[in-house]
Amino acid sequence: MSRQYTLKDLQDWEERIAEKVEEFGLDCYPQEFEICDHMQMLGMMTYHGMPSHYPHWSFGKSFERTKTLYDYGVQGIPYEMVINSDPCIAGLMRDNSECLQVLTMAHVYGHNDFFKNNFTFRHTEASRVVARFKSHADRIRGYVEDPSIGQGAVERILDAAHALSFQCRRNQAIKRRTPEDQIEKALAEQKDDPTAAAFSSEAVLHKNPLEPEENILLFVRDNNSRLAEWEKDLLTIVHEEALYFQPQMETKIINEGWACYWHREIMNSLDLPAEIHMEFLVRHNQVVRPIPGDLNPYNIGLTLWDRIEETILGEARNHFDDPQATDVRQKMFEIRETDRDTSFIRRFMDRQTMEKLDLFEAKTEGSDWVVSKISTDEDWKPVRDLLVKSVGLGAIPDIAIVDCDGDGARTLKLQHMFDGRELEATYAEKTLSHLYELWGRKVSLETVLNDNLAVYSYDGMAFSVTPNLITAMYPTV
Amino acid sequence: MGAVFRPYSPTDSLQSDRSSGDRQRHREKLRDVLKENIADVISEQSIIGRDGDNIIKIPIKGIKEYRFVYGPNNPRVAQGNGGTEPGDKVGKVQQEGDAAEGEAGDQPGEDYYETDVTLDELVEIMFEDLELPDLESKPLRAIESEYTHKRSGTKRVGIRAHLDKKRTVKNRIRRRFAHQKMMNADQEGKPSEIDEAEEKRFPFSAKDFRFHRHKPDIRYESNAVVICLMDTSGSMNVMKKYLARSFFFLLYQFVRLKYRQTELVFIAHDTKAKEVSEDDFFHKGESGGTMISSGYRKALDIIHDRFDPSMWNIYAFHCSDGDNFQEDVPRTLALARELCACCNLFGYGEIKPVGGIAWGTPMLQHFDELTEENFTTIGITAKSDVWPKFKAFLSRDRERAQDFESDFNPHI
Repeated sequence: MSRQYTLKDLQDWEERIAEKVEEFGLDCYPQEFEICDHMQMLGMMTYHGMPSHYPHWSFGKSFERTKTLYDYGVQGIPYEMVINSDPCIAGLMRDNSECLQVLTMAHVYGHNDFFKNNFTFRHTEASRVVARFKSHADRIRGYVEDPSIGQGAVERILDAAHALSFQCRRNQAIKRRTPEDQIEKALAEQKDDPTAAAFSSEAVLHKNPLEPEENILLFVRDNNSRLAEWEKDLLTIVHEEALYFQPQMETKIINEGWACYWHREIMNSLDLPAEIHMEFLVRHNQVVRPIPGDLNPYNIGLTLWDRIEETILGEARNHFDDPQATDVRQKMFEIRETDRDTSFIRRFMDRQTMEKLDLFEAKTEGSDWVVSKISTDEDWKPVRDLLVKSVGLGAIPDIAIVDCDGDGARTLKLQHMFDGRELEATYAEKTLSHLYELWGRKVSLETVLNDNLAVYSYDGMAFSVTPNLITAMYPTV
Repeated sequence: MGAVFRPYSPTDSLQSDRSSGDRQRHREKLRDVLKENIADVISEQSIIGRDGDNIIKIPIKGIKEYRFVYGPNNPRVAQGNGGTEPGDKVGKVQQEGDAAEGEAGDQPGEDYYETDVTLDELVEIMFEDLELPDLESKPLRAIESEYTHKRSGTKRVGIRAHLDKKRTVKNRIRRRFAHQKMMNADQEGKPSEIDEAEEKRFPFSAKDFRFHRHKPDIRYESNAVVICLMDTSGSMNVMKKYLARSFFFLLYQFVRLKYRQTELVFIAHDTKAKEVSEDDFFHKGESGGTMISSGYRKALDIIHDRFDPSMWNIYAFHCSDGDNFQEDVPRTLALARELCACCNLFGYGEIKPVGGIAWGTPMLQHFDELTEENFTTIGITAKSDVWPKFKAFLSRDRERAQDFESDFNPHI
């Protein structure tokens, strides 16, 4: 690949892009670009782009995996790596062609704007994230080097914590009731509800958690008094990192779509030389083409944003020739602020778009995936709803702690909020054993297995799966 | 706005292999996995019969990171190329619980990691698994090969050639300082020029001399020979030969690890025995009946000619499918006793793949009569047997080693 451009060229391009960004009204953090080679890029990808990150063998595994895929040409390295931080840091691969660099920079500005403005990222404290990750890394390295703790012990906790890290609250924007409020609410409800006579106010005070608790790591941290301070700190660190990455999982489609929309907008407005423009068209189409049998977030995201624009305008716009209307832009800015994948799809995915994207529902039949529903008049809604259910955090089963039996054997009870999708049994068992590592006493999980309620439990010695005949979730005290 | 550009710097790149520590740890973990599955790995054909430095690529199931995930059979949404109709097949269900959806990193599924190990490393791992005591510590197996001297400390008398100059000079300096101090103490307050003249002449005294002390340094050489005996009669088919070969391979690797010099002898026999090359041993098909005693006779001859039991550690192993002429049995047993007398370990492996047809009483039963404690019999029926049986075989040797050591140190 020829690299007949200089750093100066890139800077010139960047200046022009930044001008356009301002002109279009995108609201970005200051931007930083790092030129790196492919090994550095792989390194960045391994640690989710973080300039410093705590060590764990799983990152070694991830690096090895990505590198193998790259070496064998199964998978290319993505054109860009950008992190949600203020200033926003992005990597540019030095082996990329000039056109790709320009395209990447434009794309990065799209993400940058999204990070800064979308509501799901509000809690991530972008300006301090790099320092925070550095502090996590320093603390964990400290524990590893501490002769009284050591690598083995740290790994044991981290392995377990990683298994549960994304089992946390789904919408950080919703305020949580404090424990006091929870008690108040429960007592108030009890007064109003005559059927709750069996529960005394005593029972309310003893029940922990009073309301199902989704932050599993934090609950264990706060309620397992046997954990050492450093172990609690590890749980906090893993939880904080999960919270930081959660919005990116929640907004994969809308965010990539947004970045694609804007890189196209910017590239089209730059008056590119013919050969760069040709390459841009090719690259752009490679990125946003559908992947049959899978879901390409770039494709779906961009198609939806185009559809939104089309609905407002009443007709499709020629993105190369026609300038964007300001009122349309305003409307789109609002959506990028208030939506995430689930709401984005629920609100804007109509039958026409479903058909255009050729979205379908598939079920397993023997060893094949067979199309069961396509986007027809009667079926497009169920297909869309299934899509809504499976994007973003929908890919993670919703599991909450319902009781920790504080007055008894301290069995930690989890409940899977069953939505029609069953858990993978082996993974559930192994994850429970990780939870046991942290909780130190028996753990159980109520879920649905082969259409029957079932309880998995693990007590450090053996697993058991029992059909849950009597729901003894709330024993009377 | 003006973005900040951090240009590429090759030196940074060289220093920024930040994942190396985590990769190292990951590899260690993979190695542990390899250790756990060593029995499967070494029964793979591709490994048997390689040289020590050959790099072997072994696919190892990746270490899974478990999370709560949805099962693979839940319906999912996907995209088509346009015009997808109900009933179309859109792919295969991936085996081993590969979930259809989820974040890329969270998908369960089978990753295989190829680890490059050399055969030597693999053998090392294999024998770590065995947790064997260090057999080389057995004094009887070591043979004095070299008698030299080694320096060890100093002495006050000796010949000039052994003079330790450095220490001698040091001693003189030390003595001079002491001497000066004494002089100063004697003539407190009255400095004199005599001192300086005195200082110029301060000769070595006999007290200063130090000589190297030497002690004998005996180097022990431990030699071993592995005698591989195999029945190559018509009934030994390819599968049986392969099983035998795996076993010989392990035995050789084991012995090679423990002794500085290891020789291999291959004896093939049907009704007559001959010493053959490794290649012929494993690859040449033979036919005919079986006279096991012929092989044992040949082995004894070779031992007497070339490998004096007082100089060599002899491991002999015989693989057969257990069919032998009945008339030959008594002779075979007698010769086996003789072999036991001169070998460290003599083993007999009977290879009977399940479903094979046996004629008459197998040798395995006849060998029950042999009570020599360095004689072991094993039965191999399948590939998966090889490693556990080999472990059992060696544990005999290990027990003996422990017995030996406790005999040797009655206080313990």
